[in-house]
Amino acid sequence: MKYSLLSLARNALSFHEKWPSAWRSPQPQREYDVIVVGGGGHGLASAYYLAREHGIRRVAVLEKGWIGGGNTGRNTTIVRSNYLWDEAAALYEKSLQLWEGLSQALNYNVMFSQRGVYNLGHSLQDMRDIARRVNANRLNGIDGELLDARQVRERIPIMAIDGRYPVLGASFQPRGGVARHDAVAWGFARAADALGVDIIQECEVTGIRRKAGAVTGVDTTRGFIAAPRVGVVAAGHSSVLADMAGLRLPIESHPLQALVSEPLKPVLDTVVMSNAVHGYISQSDKGELVVGSGIDAFTGYAQRGSFSIIEGNLAAIVELFPIFSRVRMLRQWGGIVDVCPDACPIIGKTPVKGLYFNCGWGTGGFKATPGSGWVFAHTLARDEPHPLNAPFGLARFETGALIDEHGAAGVAH
Amino acid sequence: MLQIDCPWCGPRDQSEFGFGGEAHIVRPADPDALSDAEWADYLFMRKNTRGPHAEQWCHSAGCRRWFNVLRDTLTYRILAVYRVGEPPPEPGHAD
Repeated sequence: MKYSLLSLARNALSFHEKWPSAWRSPQPQREYDVIVVGGGGHGLASAYYLAREHGIRRVAVLEKGWIGGGNTGRNTTIVRSNYLWDEAAALYEKSLQLWEGLSQALNYNVMFSQRGVYNLGHSLQDMRDIARRVNANRLNGIDGELLDARQVRERIPIMAIDGRYPVLGASFQPRGGVARHDAVAWGFARAADALGVDIIQECEVTGIRRKAGAVTGVDTTRGFIAAPRVGVVAAGHSSVLADMAGLRLPIESHPLQALVSEPLKPVLDTVVMSNAVHGYISQSDKGELVVGSGIDAFTGYAQRGSFSIIEGNLAAIVELFPIFSRVRMLRQWGGIVDVCPDACPIIGKTPVKGLYFNCGWGTGGFKATPGSGWVFAHTLARDEPHPLNAPFGLARFETGALIDEHGAAGVAH
Repeated sequence: MLQIDCPWCGPRDQSEFGFGGEAHIVRPADPDALSDAEWADYLFMRKNTRGPHAEQWCHSAGCRRWFNVLRDTLTYRILAVYRVGEPPPEPGHAD
């Protein structure tokens, strides 16, 4: 059913009790053309673009939990594309352009709000790095402004720029912002389902079967499912799945935490992030302050992190925003992020024929959801990377052509 | 926060320690003889184990010495602490 004013009015007459399910819950078929392992935003977007852009509709998305239950529903929903290096900037900018038409394309309101993103500078070196990044962005056709302390004070008057962490300036990307993360998962799931993709929840992959160096299918908790091509989009569990195929990845999984406050009246109309003091904050449409933290240094798979990380994070936020010092936090949670040595993703083929990985997004994958799906669908359909993800193959760890985005990724998600 | 039993100082809060990643990665004796793939494997590829994981910690705000810990990455429970150079204990017998 197409969502429209008409469908809203029609369903109002039946007291909104007869809306159909947004997607089916089919039994897995015995065989598919492509299996996508992982029903997060990236996996669903991959399946959606496989069906829409490449006409491959015998696609299954296998999700061990439920749609939107993993990192897609656990992040701080920030979207931006102000990365330093050409390769990363092109990839994230493609994603941002897809975000700009996503609600219309999916016929689902993902509540994409381009309220701008500030990255604060607290030292002279911060400011030099920020100036370099803004200039690099502009050369790549990506919007960016370099602001001094006075301009930051005018635009974010509630921030204490003369406090313990003096703010010397900031970069500002006006087209950045936030989106409703659950809606992104649900919107992609619904749109992929409408194109014939089978979304199979509570179906955990337990093995990757191979024959003569090529993938033949996957063993799951709901039986064997055959497919000549398997794309793994499993974020924090990528190494576990790689191990099933006898592969090793340059990835370590860490817990990353976030938290939200009680709802407040509108007080912060943009996104503020600071690499140096490890904090980022925005206000959701419900009025909650959404605060993101840093990763725990140790590796972990438990979807919870250390309290000391939150303590340091909130101390920094309160120094920057003394007005929030008495706000009560409502909920706190963790997700498992797949951190790559160069803070860039791995998207491409593997030594196993027909097996592809899309992982290593680390702390900042949400913003890339549509772009990641776009290039991964191309990779799965054509058996070769899209020009945008060609530099992001596993081979870069052998050639040494790493793309060091620690500065732009940093804590800033 | 974890409580880590430093082999020299005894149990202390995790905030006194630095995490040093996977343990028992041995630097190749003859790096020149390695292929690019073998060098990449040594430099970047990690087990990233889900379960009992042998890892290095440094008591950086204490005695500043390195040691190894066997920790379950799913429960965060510390199964064993042992010194550098010792083999990792079997997870089942760690207690």
